[in-house]
Amino acid sequence: MQTNHSRRAALCLWGLGMLLGALFLFSFVLGRYDVSTLQVLRILLSRVIPLEETWSRAMQAVVLNVRLPRIALACMVGCCLSLAGTAYQSVFQNPMAAPDILGASSGACFGAALAILFGFARGGVTLMAFVFSMLTVALVYLASSKTKGGRSVSILLSGVMISSFFSAGTSYIKLVADPADQLPEITYWMMGSLSGARGEDVAFALIPMGVGALVLLLLRWRINLLTLGEEEASTLGVHTGRLRMAVVLSATFLTASSVAVSGMIGWVGLVIPHLSRKLVGNDCRHLLPASMLMGALFLLLVDNVSRNLLATEIPIGILTAFIGAPFFIYLMTRKESML
Amino acid sequence: MNLEIHNLSFAYGNHPVLEDVSFGLDKGDFLSVLGPNGVGKSTLFRCILGRLNDYSGSITSDGDDLRTLPRREAARRLAYIPQIHTPTFSYTVLDTVLMGTARQLSPFAQPGRAQSEKAMQALERVGAAHLAQRDFTRLSGGEQQLVLVARAIAQQADILIMDEPTSALDYGNQLRVLQLVRELAGEGYGVLLSTHNPQHALTFATRTLALCGGRVAALGRPEDVLTPELVSQLYGVDVMFAETPAGRVLVPMMAGDIV
Repeated sequence: MQTNHSRRAALCLWGLGMLLGALFLFSFVLGRYDVSTLQVLRILLSRVIPLEETWSRAMQAVVLNVRLPRIALACMVGCCLSLAGTAYQSVFQNPMAAPDILGASSGACFGAALAILFGFARGGVTLMAFVFSMLTVALVYLASSKTKGGRSVSILLSGVMISSFFSAGTSYIKLVADPADQLPEITYWMMGSLSGARGEDVAFALIPMGVGALVLLLLRWRINLLTLGEEEASTLGVHTGRLRMAVVLSATFLTASSVAVSGMIGWVGLVIPHLSRKLVGNDCRHLLPASMLMGALFLLLVDNVSRNLLATEIPIGILTAFIGAPFFIYLMTRKESML
Repeated sequence: MNLEIHNLSFAYGNHPVLEDVSFGLDKGDFLSVLGPNGVGKSTLFRCILGRLNDYSGSITSDGDDLRTLPRREAARRLAYIPQIHTPTFSYTVLDTVLMGTARQLSPFAQPGRAQSEKAMQALERVGAAHLAQRDFTRLSGGEQQLVLVARAIAQQADILIMDEPTSALDYGNQLRVLQLVRELAGEGYGVLLSTHNPQHALTFATRTLALCGGRVAALGRPEDVLTPELVSQLYGVDVMFAETPAGRVLVPMMAGDIV
């Protein structure tokens, strides 16, 4: 049955999709090296269909090797962090849940710091961040399965504990790291940045992100049932333990791969899900696609500001917090509260 | 279709809550469970719904142990209608009722036209079809409870389990919900419902189970088992019964009342 509600949501999704497409193309034009929109379109299309070359080699290199990986990565990371945040909020029936709620970020930071301390190359740092991120969440799950009482609460509590444990580990690594080169590298990694994004980063993140997003999208209606709580969901015939595990695992894949390639980018996974809920409602059938599109849109927008506003680039993690925190307070204090 | 509870005992640690509770429920029965606060009514319901598993005795549906049935199959036998409460995330009424159809769908499936029609029929059955597009959290308590009954109807289970469904409702809505539940029992549902008000058992139920100290104090037709002595034993207050043209009513007698 087509209801007013779902018609409105479908319209929103189409609008967001077109907006994202337009911003995607426009983002290629921004930057110190001038390329026109038409040229961008031709260069991108020439990858798929044969076109006469009306552009220079340098232009092609800038578009395909510099700007494309960065723009793609901004979209992917924004999309995944926002999707993961939405999924965690639904599973834990907690509108304040964010993608790093189970310690995925602090685990990633620890892994990255450890890799930098051992002098690993960039690819090694990314891989270690991803592995430790997954490991942290696995530990949280294991610890919570040994506790008594409400499962959701015990997972969240274990998340806080294990997260702070790894944060302490990261602090210790910073203490013993070489202050000349390792310490600034760790600090900079943790700020969260998409600068220097390369094709390899995109390739690394693509599979875990794709798998995580696909599973969540397939389960999107069932996720609604989890928001009713353990008791109601299970009497409706849902195997809550298995479903929660599948959702948490997928959302962790998304978070871990995002943090591994971009460092800590906060607020996207908290603010964007809220905006999306306001726009299309809480039904995950519309909410998940909407928050993916809005997340990509938001991070691409902020990244464009980040790389073009000042001569020296501002790490995007700092910018999202600068924008995210005041915006969140605005949301909370509005007459009709969005929370 | 029946539900059999046989010699059920349950303890939280060393603290026994239910001891040797046995009763059965058939299609068309409206069994009301009475008992003071903390007597174990909710514990009994949680055992039946599979939320508590480490009890002794057995809970079977058509001979199958409910502990060993898959969730989806258990949801075909029993539907749970919770007390109204504010959910964290709100959905439209139609989407709320649609969730009742989950057991009929595989994990990756989305509800389609057939499920939507089933949900609308369920809403019509409880007289709430006009609310379909409204936001569930913006309904009155009585309307919310009706929607949750509709969700259980959409679930198409044979037995409805209701844990104090009237406790958050005003006088009129209590009676409307109970009247609806009695009609559903008349249509062939088995209903297990706990209530704080013995009058509800007298007026609406076909059978009554009274729990006292974790044991069955009485089981049978409400007009047979509900005596002033039983009420006094359960709740520690004195009552008298008055016969009226509309049925038997309970009248409390407080200290100092002259009879």
